[in-house]
Amino acid sequence: MILLDRVTKVYNRNNTALDRVSLHVEPKEFVIIIGKSGAGKSTLLKLLTREERQTSGKIVVGGVDYDKLKDRDIPLLRRKIGVVFQDFKLLQNKNVFENVAFALEIVGYGNKEIIHTVPRVLDIVGLKGKEKNMPMELSGGERQRVAIARAIVRQPKILIADEPTGNLDPKHAWDVIKVLEKINKYGTTVLLTTHNQEIVNKLRRRVIVISDGRVVSDKANAEYRH
Amino acid sequence: MKRKFITLLRIIRAGFQNFARNLTLGIAAMAVMVITLTILLFSVIANATFIHTIEQITDKIDISVYLKDSVSEQRRDELITDLKRNENVKSVNYVSKEQALEIYKEQNADNVDLLVAISQTDNPLPASLQVKPHNPNEIDAIKQYLEQPDIKELQSDETSYSGDRKEAIDKISQATTFFREAGLVGVVVFMIVSMLIIFNTIRMAIFNRRDELTIMRLLGASTIYIRGPFIVETVVYGVFAGVISISLVGAMFAVSASAFGASSLGLLDISYANNFYSSYFWLIVGAQIFIGVAIGATSSFVATRKYLKFKTSK
Repeated sequence: MILLDRVTKVYNRNNTALDRVSLHVEPKEFVIIIGKSGAGKSTLLKLLTREERQTSGKIVVGGVDYDKLKDRDIPLLRRKIGVVFQDFKLLQNKNVFENVAFALEIVGYGNKEIIHTVPRVLDIVGLKGKEKNMPMELSGGERQRVAIARAIVRQPKILIADEPTGNLDPKHAWDVIKVLEKINKYGTTVLLTTHNQEIVNKLRRRVIVISDGRVVSDKANAEYRH
Repeated sequence: MKRKFITLLRIIRAGFQNFARNLTLGIAAMAVMVITLTILLFSVIANATFIHTIEQITDKIDISVYLKDSVSEQRRDELITDLKRNENVKSVNYVSKEQALEIYKEQNADNVDLLVAISQTDNPLPASLQVKPHNPNEIDAIKQYLEQPDIKELQSDETSYSGDRKEAIDKISQATTFFREAGLVGVVVFMIVSMLIIFNTIRMAIFNRRDELTIMRLLGASTIYIRGPFIVETVVYGVFAGVISISLVGAMFAVSASAFGASSLGLLDISYANNFYSSYFWLIVGAQIFIGVAIGATSSFVATRKYLKFKTSK
């Protein structure tokens, strides 16, 4: 599903964010990527969503070779990948329903489809009944679940969650993680970055550790100790 | 197909929403566009009107060659043939003594005394040749020919060259050139100003909505979906500006025609301008809106290209 082969990303000549990173993620896998701030986790995800372009190496996601990807096809790529951000990136002037609907609107879904689909997704993330609430009225965990709903409403094959629990207290963080597990169970490949040790240890999934731009460990059912 | 159609509708709707949201900035953009289009339209109409006036006066210009009664028919025909050989001669029209008298009577129909007086004598009016030049500014060759002694001999009176009309033509020509040049400069200057203002309006709009635009891009909105509403917004400016400028110019002619109770304003023949305006009305409407839309779309195209970055850095 995701293949990186000796991917390097260099900013401004001597700032190497990623150094020959190779990894392979199977469909329906749940992979946790951990590492300190500045280790290169965010860069890795930005390469996958093509916010950044690799300096060298090969990236293939869902059969798409990024070297052959044209700029105008980037939107099509992003529609196949759901992304959840640490800072949620919700539209403050739209309510919960509209925020999720937005992801469908911009790719041309009809109003009927939207009205049919959005409530079901809000149900999955446990936000039934909050459709009319504005983001400001929600807790951090709820906001993040809105963002997850938005990321999965188009049923992407891959969900990338970049520190989705970074701004949340433990209880809300765990709610969010449970939603991600649920989505994974439905068949979506999930890529999660975090530096929350407790979450890593409870989940017991494949863990990839990145440090100074390199993959230093890649183990299944792993625990994580500093 | 259906999705594309829905997307198109959403882009247009978003464009109108932007227009409403951005109205204060938009009014400034539209105002400058209105000025641009008004100057343009006014220059075009003034230009057409002056050209028409010149043509009309030019057409009236002729050279009257008065012939002595003693000139034989044969000599007269020779003279006509000779004149027609001149490149600048458009036509030569012979007016006989009798026709001249008729014309004179018609022109003085109100003056009974004069009519009585003239009916009691032999026809005192000379026959004449009305020579029309192609170009009234270059009648020297004709003049030269007519002033040759043997030709001069045939003439009863001083030849009339309609000199005063030529002066009028020169004046109008100057005005036309002035209006055309001033209009062109005005149009170019204001076109640049309105493009800059629209450019800035769109830049502000992009800046105000940068979060939303970033999210749209991250969620995989297509370039046209992000960019389209800004272009629709400026197209709306263009349409409004076009319509307003047309109404302004129309009102200007209507008001000046009625206020001055005259068919002309200085050298500008208002009734012709009005006529021109109404007979080409739909063409004018189309052209004004098209130009307005073109100005708007071009500058928002450039602004969105510059401020909405669609390329990923390597």
